[in-house]
Amino acid sequence: MSTARGRQKAAFFILGFATLLVVLPIILTILYIVKNGFSAISWEFIAQSPRNGMRQGGIFPAIVGTIVLIIGTMIFSLPLGILSAIYLVEYAKDNAFTRLIKLSVVNLSGIPSIVYGLFGFTLFVLFLRLGTSILAGALTLSIMSLPVIITATKEALEAVPYSFREISFSLGATRWQTVRYCVLPYAIPGILTGTVLSLSRAAGETAPILFTVAAFYLPRLPRSVFDQVMALPYHLYVISTQVPNMPTSISFATAVVLIALVFLMNLVSILLRAHFRKKKQW
Amino acid sequence: MVEQTIIKVADLNSYFGPLQVLKKINLEIYRNEILGIIGPANSGKTTFLRALNRLNNLNDTYSQTGEILFEGRDISGISDSILRKKIGIIFALPQVLPMSIYNNVAYGPKVHDVTGKKVVSEIVENALKKAYLWDEVKDRLDLPAPRLSGGQQQRLCIARTLAVEPEIILYDEPCSGLDPISTAKIEDAMQQLKEDYTQILVTNNTKQASRVSERCGFFLMGEMVEISETGALFTHPRDERTDDYISGRFG
Amino acid sequence: MHKRISEYIIETCIRLSGLVVIAFVFLIFLFLLKDSLSLFGVYPVNGFLLGIHWLPISEPPKFGIIPLFLGSLYVTFGAILICVPLGIASAMFIAEVAPPSLKHILKSLVEILASIPSVVLGFIGIIWLGPFLKTTFHLTTGMCGLTGSLLLAFMALPTIISISEDALVGVPKSFKEAAYGLGATRWQALWRIILPSASSGIFAGVMLGIGRVIGETMVVMMVTGNSPIIPTSILQPLRTLTATIAGEMGETVSGSEHYFALFAVGLVLFIITFIINFLAELFLQRTRR
Repeated sequence: MSTARGRQKAAFFILGFATLLVVLPIILTILYIVKNGFSAISWEFIAQSPRNGMRQGGIFPAIVGTIVLIIGTMIFSLPLGILSAIYLVEYAKDNAFTRLIKLSVVNLSGIPSIVYGLFGFTLFVLFLRLGTSILAGALTLSIMSLPVIITATKEALEAVPYSFREISFSLGATRWQTVRYCVLPYAIPGILTGTVLSLSRAAGETAPILFTVAAFYLPRLPRSVFDQVMALPYHLYVISTQVPNMPTSISFATAVVLIALVFLMNLVSILLRAHFRKKKQW
Repeated sequence: MVEQTIIKVADLNSYFGPLQVLKKINLEIYRNEILGIIGPANSGKTTFLRALNRLNNLNDTYSQTGEILFEGRDISGISDSILRKKIGIIFALPQVLPMSIYNNVAYGPKVHDVTGKKVVSEIVENALKKAYLWDEVKDRLDLPAPRLSGGQQQRLCIARTLAVEPEIILYDEPCSGLDPISTAKIEDAMQQLKEDYTQILVTNNTKQASRVSERCGFFLMGEMVEISETGALFTHPRDERTDDYISGRFG
Repeated sequence: MHKRISEYIIETCIRLSGLVVIAFVFLIFLFLLKDSLSLFGVYPVNGFLLGIHWLPISEPPKFGIIPLFLGSLYVTFGAILICVPLGIASAMFIAEVAPPSLKHILKSLVEILASIPSVVLGFIGIIWLGPFLKTTFHLTTGMCGLTGSLLLAFMALPTIISISEDALVGVPKSFKEAAYGLGATRWQALWRIILPSASSGIFAGVMLGIGRVIGETMVVMMVTGNSPIIPTSILQPLRTLTATIAGEMGETVSGSEHYFALFAVGLVLFIITFIINFLAELFLQRTRR
């Protein structure tokens, strides 16, 4: 009996140790970045453009660029993703075609980001002649974000009790009326949470924007959707690999801003989830 | 008194996938009657009820053969929306939408394009009155419906069905989750509603069937074994199986 | 009438949206294929798939992807060695051992890890991990496969942990209770009953983690060096399929052989991750039953 207990203790200790090995680096990494980058963060850093080949000044255009891309991604991926999920959950019959759609969603989510970059380049930049532009970049990021939004929306819709739909149909409502009045309103929290999460991922992506929109040095702000734009992830990549004599504090500071943006969006999504869980009426 | 047939079911067979749930059902339902349907579990009573307003079709695997005529017209020629407006249903467990009492009842008229606050308010009030719920909730129509008691919720379900002005009301074991007082209130409501509506009551409770219904049909394993006036069915049933069920030899 | 028309329009949009996802998968495949075929018109498929020299700017250019493929393989394998045991062990800890309050914190930390952008991890690799490994192992350069493997292992961990944890938690309670009823300790129940029951789901999680690793671009581009030759050890610089595309695309002329060759590399990546995801989904379906 005691050896079994002893073995359990040892085993649980190993498991805990493994978890520590996972968790500790996460905390240390973030502390490391924040500690080294904090000194360079100032209002000027956030609000100004880079000077002297990125070695001085601020990262304002990159911040703006990233925000613009996030908005663009949302505009394209949100409606399409939500409608697709509505189709899958509320309209599709259980047949091979539906399974094909679900398989496609899974596949889209597994495609490497650089392949999206290639696709975006050849379809949006070249074929549709949008050039390297905010439009091309946002469209590329949208396709990448679709699977996450579809999955989150699907789960939100499926969480709505079936009885709501049954009641609605039994009173003579059409399918769309049922979805609109008895399902969607109660799925919105989950949809919102999933959307913010997917956008936070899109904000941190570099590979899809490499050839579709990212500019190396563009101190002025974009004037139209056909302009190129700087973006935080790309900026960090460039200054850490291609600028000689780069003061590391600025690189760290850029990393801090990027992480802060992504974490902020994650936090919003978590808060939304908690807020709506409280208000649940069923 | 001449009975007017409002629904005629001819040779109805129902299937869920390969499983046959109803076998050659033939029956007529008369206007303004209260028809009881009794039988043990899984005899197809619920499937039969839901075939009348095509709710079974919500299930992908459902198929049926045979004919159902509503006022002489084949129901397959009537749109889902209209059919379900005219034939309403009360489910076994009280199911309300997570909205206010008012909005629950107003939902039906809304999806049938009834507009105008005054008009809708009147409809809601009348429906709640007919369901014997108005007095209990008239001062708190904004209360979220899930906060009502089980019996009140079930009467709310009746009110919401009445709000779309059906001609037939189907009841699928409506009192199975309710206490005797709530059950009595609902049975009273059914008697009052008889004047304007045709009602079909599926119930596991033979005593309830004998209290409430005028005619009664006995379903067993997908077949309708017999149908006759309630009194006659309970005192001298024609079929042995009916007698066994009513006497409690099986259930 | 008005309502019917607008409802019809909306429902049509909904139905079309369902198709869109399939359309995109097809489109991506088609566009990759189209440009890859342009390569295979002038360069032999065998030379591409089996060639051991990737020299796009030599005369004549050589587009053999074996060095790149092996680079991806080394880095992936190295990452798997680290993240699979760690990931499954952590998932077991979080699912079955940690008390509820700790569980919450751990899951949040894992979510935080999942949201760290890859470029930031690449940055860490350049600025700390690479130099650290260089001094510790006395390497010529810290920009090598090992650095990549370590960072990639971290990127894949959240995927493996969360899917495995779901699989473990999804094992019916009755199994656990039956084991306890027979006198098993928590560990015995976990190791002998729960873990095997969850194996399909865990395997799916591992597959998806592998898919993530193979498909990662920025980290490998930033830290594994830039050496498209067949690696002999993971402590050497190497080049992956993904980094090749990202790194060389900017230098190609649209329509040149090199340009098409990069699309062919993209096609290879697409097919590999397609197969991995398909298999993972198959295993996930098994758990859902």
